[in-house]
Amino acid sequence: MNGLIFLIPVALGMGGLGLAAFFWSMRSGQYEDLDGAAQRILLDDEDPA
Amino acid sequence: MNAVVPRTTDASACIDSRFTVPGMRCAGCIGKIERGLAEIAGVAAARVNFSAKRVAVSHAPDLTDAQIVDALNHLGFEAQPVAENPLARDDAETKRLLRALAVAGFAMMNIMLLSVAVWSGADGITKELFHWLSAAIALPAVAYAGRPFFASAAMALRYRRTNMDVPISIGVLLATGMSVYEVLTGGEHAYFDGAVMLLFFLLAGRVLDAVMRDKARSGIASLLSRMGRGAQVAYPGGETKWVDAANLAPGMMMQVAAGEALAADGEIVTGESRFDRSMLTGESVPEPAGPGDIVHAGTINLYSPVTVRVTAAAEDTAIADIARLMDEAGQSRSKYVRVADRAARLYAPAVHSLAALTFVGWMIAGAGVHQSLLIAIAVLIITCPCALGLAVPAAQVVAAGALMKRGLLIKDGSALERLAEVDHALLDKTGTLTLGEPRPSSIAALGEEDRAVALALAQASRHPLSKSLATTLRQVGVTAADVTDIDETPGEGLRGQFAGRTVSLLRPEHGAEGLAVALRNEEREFIILFTDPWRSDAAEAIDALASLGVPSAIASGDTSDAVSKASCEFGIPATGGMSPADKLAELERRRTEGQKVLMVGDGLNDGPALAAAHVSIAPGGASDVSQQAADAVFVGEALMPVALAIRVARRTMKTVRQNLAMAAGYNVLAVPIAVAGYVTPLIAAIAMSLSSLIVVGNSLLLARAARDPK
Repeated sequence: MNGLIFLIPVALGMGGLGLAAFFWSMRSGQYEDLDGAAQRILLDDEDPA
Repeated sequence: MNAVVPRTTDASACIDSRFTVPGMRCAGCIGKIERGLAEIAGVAAARVNFSAKRVAVSHAPDLTDAQIVDALNHLGFEAQPVAENPLARDDAETKRLLRALAVAGFAMMNIMLLSVAVWSGADGITKELFHWLSAAIALPAVAYAGRPFFASAAMALRYRRTNMDVPISIGVLLATGMSVYEVLTGGEHAYFDGAVMLLFFLLAGRVLDAVMRDKARSGIASLLSRMGRGAQVAYPGGETKWVDAANLAPGMMMQVAAGEALAADGEIVTGESRFDRSMLTGESVPEPAGPGDIVHAGTINLYSPVTVRVTAAAEDTAIADIARLMDEAGQSRSKYVRVADRAARLYAPAVHSLAALTFVGWMIAGAGVHQSLLIAIAVLIITCPCALGLAVPAAQVVAAGALMKRGLLIKDGSALERLAEVDHALLDKTGTLTLGEPRPSSIAALGEEDRAVALALAQASRHPLSKSLATTLRQVGVTAADVTDIDETPGEGLRGQFAGRTVSLLRPEHGAEGLAVALRNEEREFIILFTDPWRSDAAEAIDALASLGVPSAIASGDTSDAVSKASCEFGIPATGGMSPADKLAELERRRTEGQKVLMVGDGLNDGPALAAAHVSIAPGGASDVSQQAADAVFVGEALMPVALAIRVARRTMKTVRQNLAMAAGYNVLAVPIAVAGYVTPLIAAIAMSLSSLIVVGNSLLLARAARDPK
């Protein structure tokens, strides 16, 4: 029973963390160009910078 | 790897421009464009969006759009500037739905966690604690994630209509309300899990719907942009400035460069050129115009720069007139009721009276108000159209995705539903049955050297005939000869030096029939004829339509005998010389006869007809206006996607009906249990997810439909 006092906030907190991460990733435009992200991995990084 | 180093020092002075680059195909293109643009002085950063086939360029204000387009052309990509993110509003809608889905998903998982504990035997204070926790999670989640449904239901009720969202909202609100009451009074069952799960599944359906729409729209938007968005205006003081189309006013002097589209109607003051009027008339032969002649917005200046005095701008142009005609024509389509809402019209009264009857029945049986109400609400929850909400979008998204792979972009689900009902087809000729652009028809007579010379000359020019000749020659594997000193005389042609003699590609002197150019090399002269060829599979596509029970007819604005030739070629009736209003009248006549007509056309003159037809498809080369008016756009040189679209649409509707029948069948099984008062939250949760899974599984089978050739 005492375990619940820790476990429930932990479960909620982890869920909330996932939700916050999703909102953040959406706001920062990570879903704007899904096909492009798949292609960019093939780009060789030749920029000296 | 994707960070482009800012080159200009003052980043705050940069302005952002967007360009659509339809030609990018691979990672190499992304790298080439981003690196190539970043090397230009004045460009701070360039970022490619591959999904939308766009480039966003952040650059110094003194670098014009035209210069960047030119730079992209040098990199080997055709590009067009686009207006500031025209699709932002649709994107926002999808994002709101996605956020609601995420919240519903979070709430559903956590409430399920607590509910499972309750189902497996937690009782006493633990159970009460879990119910309170569930309530604390569910109430804000329902308030947030339920908004799209509540708003739409409220809107429908205000206009005394009912749609799918009305029974959904009633079900969710009643389930939540009753659960809150149960928690407050320390009751047995709380249905928070059911209510939130319902929202989650339904939102999944909505998100699918929105994603399908966005994807098709951004595909179409990347094709758009031939319309003049503005003009370089010369002011009396000698200053010139770029003015947006909306701000042009009569009396202004527009300087229109070769290759530019006009942004307003006007009268030519100086210069002489030819204009491509295909957007307005569907006629592919360029028309000459000189000082004193009237030219219209939307036509493209092909040869040499002219100065045009604006006579009518913005709302008063010939194009705007057609746009108004189109708006009016589109009214009838907005009355179309989608299949989900039609189902809801039958479904909602049935379910609600069933719940009411259950309540009355248990009252008569003497169960007491509280007990009777509990059972009635359980009936509402178990019948809530969870699978119904998924039945339609799931099938349509799968079908639209499959069609997109075959080169057909469907704008929304309602277009698929209307496509399935089509029983007659009306086809435009130019650009629909034909490719809509001139192709050289007689290069076989040319020798190897002549071809190489022709390619070298043709690729130096941006004239449509030269471009077409160059493309065709490259396709048959010709490499350009080493022609030097190429000089283009507008209205006449190209001359150059090859192996010490003059070669030329000129307008033929004595009037050859139709479009032609004369290639001169040494003493030899060849006349290369151009025709607008039929799409290679036009006849097959018309046959395929006929075999689907959709007879075709041709309605063209063309007055020449090409229309009757088309009629003979394909063995279908044809009418020529039709104005936009004539086409509208023809559609109206057919509608009163009860026909459901599919209109396929590309020109601006087809715009009103495309908007008025039961459903319409435009080819990817069509004018912007037509693509916006049409329900679907097909890309590529084949006409077959049109027939495929109808076949897949019919299969989709079959699947939708199966889905609806399955959802209803599940209700037939579940309702007696609910009416008898045996439904617990556990049973509701299992029934709901099971029926949704079945519906989604059945819809996925559709992916095969578009792959089968027959």
